[in-house]
Amino acid sequence: MKKILIASALALCCTTPAYANLNVFACEPEWGALAGEIGGDKVSIYTATTGAQDPHQIQARPSLIAKARSADITICDGAELEIGWLPMILQQANNGKIQPNNPGAFDATSFVQLAEQPVTYDRALGDIHAAGNPHIQTDPRMMLPVAKALAARFVQLDGANAATYNARLADFTTRWNAALVKWTAMAAPLKGTPIVVQHHSWYYMEKWLGLTEVAPLEPKPGVPPSSGYLAQVLGKLQATPAKFIIRAAYEDDRPSKFVSEHAGIPALMLPFTVGGTPEAKDLFSLYDHTISLMLGALKK
Amino acid sequence: MTRKLIAAALCAGISFPISANADDLAEMKAQLNQIQRDYAARISALEKRLAKAEADAKAAQANADAAAKSATTATATAATAQTKAETASMSVETAMATLQESLATASAPPPPPPSSNNAFNPGISAVLNGFYAASSHDTSTARIAGILLGDDTGLLPRGFSLGESEVTLAANIDPELTAGLTFAFDSANNVGVEEAYLQTTDMPGGITLKGGRFFSGIGYLNERHAHNWIFSDQALPYRAFLNNQYGDDGLQVRWLAPTDQFLEFGAEAFRGDVYPAASARNMGIGTYTAFVHTGNDINDSSSYLAGLSYLHSDAQNRDSGGHFFTGGTDLGIGSLVYKWAPGGNPTVQNLSLTSEVFYNHQSGTYDAIAFSQNRWGWYAQGDYQFMPRWSIGLRYSALGTAKAPLALAGTELDDFGHLPSAATALLEFDSSEFGRFRLQYTHDQADLKPNNEIMLQYTVMYGPHAAHRY
Repeated sequence: MKKILIASALALCCTTPAYANLNVFACEPEWGALAGEIGGDKVSIYTATTGAQDPHQIQARPSLIAKARSADITICDGAELEIGWLPMILQQANNGKIQPNNPGAFDATSFVQLAEQPVTYDRALGDIHAAGNPHIQTDPRMMLPVAKALAARFVQLDGANAATYNARLADFTTRWNAALVKWTAMAAPLKGTPIVVQHHSWYYMEKWLGLTEVAPLEPKPGVPPSSGYLAQVLGKLQATPAKFIIRAAYEDDRPSKFVSEHAGIPALMLPFTVGGTPEAKDLFSLYDHTISLMLGALKK
Repeated sequence: MTRKLIAAALCAGISFPISANADDLAEMKAQLNQIQRDYAARISALEKRLAKAEADAKAAQANADAAAKSATTATATAATAQTKAETASMSVETAMATLQESLATASAPPPPPPSSNNAFNPGISAVLNGFYAASSHDTSTARIAGILLGDDTGLLPRGFSLGESEVTLAANIDPELTAGLTFAFDSANNVGVEEAYLQTTDMPGGITLKGGRFFSGIGYLNERHAHNWIFSDQALPYRAFLNNQYGDDGLQVRWLAPTDQFLEFGAEAFRGDVYPAASARNMGIGTYTAFVHTGNDINDSSSYLAGLSYLHSDAQNRDSGGHFFTGGTDLGIGSLVYKWAPGGNPTVQNLSLTSEVFYNHQSGTYDAIAFSQNRWGWYAQGDYQFMPRWSIGLRYSALGTAKAPLALAGTELDDFGHLPSAATALLEFDSSEFGRFRLQYTHDQADLKPNNEIMLQYTVMYGPHAAHRY
């Protein structure tokens, strides 16, 4: 009797119902959302960060380590974006499946061509990423090669559901291509718009929509601006006016507010990722809202 | 006339890279057809090169377009350039289509191997650390009343001094092992091996083994390297009971439970050659420990980590300033850490609160006189980053020492009825996550006479630096 009691207590506390075939640990919300598009109910997704958090600077919290312990796959940006915290999680999670270079370690940036590879690797240049600019999710065209690679990886790890993953990929690709056509048309008025960015994290979006970056609000990547530097930016804006300032939801709003007030141009908080704003509920609405925010600012 | 010449020259310049691209592409396509039959994995490398070539071709095309508008004489050349660029793009597209078909069956492509023979060099990182200290009393004879101290617990000398500098070499050994080696250089030019360990990365069931020389996983601060301490020095209980931090030669096993609640168990056995152990008792296993850590998020903004740790060590003839201790030490530590950051984003503001309670039982002989003592200690500290780069900290630590038996009155074991304590305030400026400057003030009542101490400290890290613990 005692044994049965102990066994049932154990069963209650220690078994989790097996709904999903793959446990996904997504480093950023955009990759969690993409995993949902491709995996559907065959995957159970834990998203380690929110749109309100700077993915460069996350504390290696106990909850993240516990979740990584039972993950079958990590889906991260890669290109050293998570270098300040993910290695510590992997070291403490005691989970061989998700160690670097295993099939359970998926880095989205491995499947696209990264821009802005530094010519010299020197910390005097600020917080630079040796592999190139990692913020690929600001250009929705990047989602297609990543989605394709992710579906292939899901198939590799969970062959039994290959048909589901491939079908969902095909469906996603169709819907995404249609959305791309819509976004390109929507964003046409933005072409050539001069903008100011808080951090140099919008490179791919600028290329996609043909925006022109007049200046960043950081003197060097990752270095917070001094008032002297912001004055320089204001000087530059007098010579080369910009239409608006953009920052990610997680970034300090003070520098952009300061420049906004003094230069008389709107400061926009863009979602940057799924959940960055309440309107950016999924991958599709992420770009819908990003574009409509910028169009709104253009009309002002 | 000059403008036309420049335009023509521009176009001539532009058409060259395009033909080069076209040649490249034809060659790459040929290569591609061959490789397709061989290795599916190598295709991605080619795909990247193709994508770059395509981008180059497109850029050249755009330039050619612009040039065509600005100069009529150059139209013919530009048209040729455009055609070439278009042909190039088309052949790229054909190649891409072929590639995409083959990629559908290909698995994850590894990146092309680097060719240089130092490609497998370990990650090398360095930490430099230095101080300026001013204090109201001479620190060279400072002690903690009633405590037999280890030899790393002295206070900073007055004036400028070089702190501990570290060089770490870290790399994976093979698919199952990773290793780290840390040399520590002190201001007297002594070099020590601070850590030299290997650790498993691929054990099943959530188990990790670590062996070699390493810092014990007990408590919260013990495992942190000195450059990663929250204050410039360790809290009193760590100084008094663990010689700042306990690191020795041994073996560690950790098991992480497969639960959403972080729950980790660990046990260690060490040689027992350093304080509080000595002389590697019990056939060279003079210290053993056990610990459990648990933690989770409380909400989006706050999280905690709690722990219970136990250490037992045996010592024979442990030398404390010419006096010898032989006997056993039991140490229990309860730890609680709370961290807060608005929305879980510590970039602008964050707070961490830490408190640990220590219970220490020591029994044996002091210069051959038998004794047994129970002592306790605790500290509480807070560290608050109030704006990017700037933070302040406050810490209070205290010890409950014990009265020495009559036979040992007046020795180092006698606290003379004094309860040691220290209050510390800290102001920190970070030039980046790799550069840190601190101003720390301590009102130190650890010794019988109070001491006021001001420290200026720099800590810089360079090279590939490991991510930080919670």
